[in-house]
Amino acid sequence: METLLRGRVWTFPDDVNTDVIYPGRYMSILDPAETAKHAFETVYPEFLQRARPGDIIVAGKYFGCGSSREQAATALRYFGIACIVAESFARIYYRNAINLGLPVVTCPGAAAAFKQGHKAEVNLARGRVRNLTTGRELESQPLPPLIQEILSAGGLIPRLKQRRADAKA
Amino acid sequence: MSMTMAEKIIARVAGKTAVAPGEIVDADVDVAMSHENAGMVLHHFKTIGADRVWDPDKIVIVFDHRVPAESERTATTHKTIREFVRAQGIKSFYDVNVGICHQVLPEHGHSRPGELLVGTDSHTTTHGAFGCFGTGIGATEMACVWATGRLWLRVPETIRIEVSGEFAPFVGAKDLVLHVIGQLRADGADYKAVEYAGATVEAMTVASRMVLCNLSMEMGAKVAFVAPDDTTLDYVRQRTDKPLQPQLPDPDASYLQVVGVDVGTMRPQIACPHHVDNVKPIDKVGEIRVNQALLGSCTNGRLEDLEVAAGILRGRRVHPETRMLVIPASWAIYAEALERGYLADLVQAGAVIVNSGCGPCLGVHQGVLAPGERCVSSTNRNFQGRMGSPEAEVYLASPAVVAASAVTGRITDPATL
Repeated sequence: METLLRGRVWTFPDDVNTDVIYPGRYMSILDPAETAKHAFETVYPEFLQRARPGDIIVAGKYFGCGSSREQAATALRYFGIACIVAESFARIYYRNAINLGLPVVTCPGAAAAFKQGHKAEVNLARGRVRNLTTGRELESQPLPPLIQEILSAGGLIPRLKQRRADAKA
Repeated sequence: MSMTMAEKIIARVAGKTAVAPGEIVDADVDVAMSHENAGMVLHHFKTIGADRVWDPDKIVIVFDHRVPAESERTATTHKTIREFVRAQGIKSFYDVNVGICHQVLPEHGHSRPGELLVGTDSHTTTHGAFGCFGTGIGATEMACVWATGRLWLRVPETIRIEVSGEFAPFVGAKDLVLHVIGQLRADGADYKAVEYAGATVEAMTVASRMVLCNLSMEMGAKVAFVAPDDTTLDYVRQRTDKPLQPQLPDPDASYLQVVGVDVGTMRPQIACPHHVDNVKPIDKVGEIRVNQALLGSCTNGRLEDLEVAAGILRGRRVHPETRMLVIPASWAIYAEALERGYLADLVQAGAVIVNSGCGPCLGVHQGVLAPGERCVSSTNRNFQGRMGSPEAEVYLASPAVVAASAVTGRITDPATL
């Protein structure tokens, strides 16, 4: 899978927690499209006004810390965020994003290399992140094969369904 | 091969003789826990196309986040889950009158040493207080667990925290773990296991050990343990007939980091807004007026917490400009606190007693904050906007500090009352 993701960059600082990404008061919403309408609503309201599907998030360290609420990944996936690049991720967020088919790339140096509105290009298989505005290129660890497999299936559930269908055939 | 607790338990549930950090294994789940987000798990489960859950005896569901239902939407979710539980024959279901999942599971014998317990809640680390591998997962992943009973796990490195010394009066487990988070920082244990050890930990009650393991989530821990001993086994054996398979770390197990902490001179610790690792000893916090003092949650709503608060508030009054909310972590605790007279002490002092549940901790209902308000809270997160308005502030502290602050209307060291 040599997919190249290209998009406009939204930057976020270190330690963005899941309460900030998706407030607890909306946790009873089940519809993913409805969930996406509340992404970052409380602390970064400009995101909902100006971000567009296909944009890429570039964040500092420990993105997605705090509550295990999956909606913090669902909201960004169904908003149409193409990929999240961060210095590091909190464990549960990382798992949730992959399980929902939202690509996440751990890339040291990313936060300093991007400004709001730059253009980014991400090669998931190779773990390469490029700033198309400045020409700067960053290397990171490519995703482990299991994780690439889940992402290319579109998430954990599509992968499980495929496996169940294969087992029956 | 020498192994840590995390490595031993993962080896067992992966059917291997040994595992090493970094390895990814497929593991068999012993207990799969959800709360109201079982509604979302169910939503995903249906899309898989499976008719029956893999093992109804291994699934536990507890209503705690919004109890009783605060909205029609939640009421509908509750109803849907009740119907599902009945249809699938899930016996371990706890409705709106039992308590918070991380208290209810131990009380009913579901948190057992040596087992793998996954929960759709980040504070599932709490169950490590019983030597149980408790870890949080998302709803999609839980749907796959419901269907297959398995999930992938990366074997974590382990940080060992060795604690010595005796606590001063009104200082305890909450202060210790806040101090550790302040030192290691919010991501200090991200993706890692933590083991608490040493004479101070061995002397702790089950309730205090749960505080350590619960709050370890706030430094990113995947799992946090206290090695099971007689205290653990006495507690668990009173609550289950299942054969136990406790795992202890090998004496020469290999650790990523060993941290020593002496609690002898420790003062009450406060996590200041808006990060749990923004920790200061109470004398460095300054004059902080509070509109609300909150005692409760899966972190600190247990009997010993209500006891210390009742002791401080007995014969005193909550400050006229401060609201005090008390949320027992479970109905068993509620009933016991009632019988022992703690709730009478708290009510006579002017506190509001709220139904056992998560309530205001995550800003859902029963005591959220207005812009410009401040709350001193025995809960586990002080993130901006978590307890209501993004312009409100939350200070995390021990139950003793919460009670003392309720009396004076400002953050107060109980030793100075």
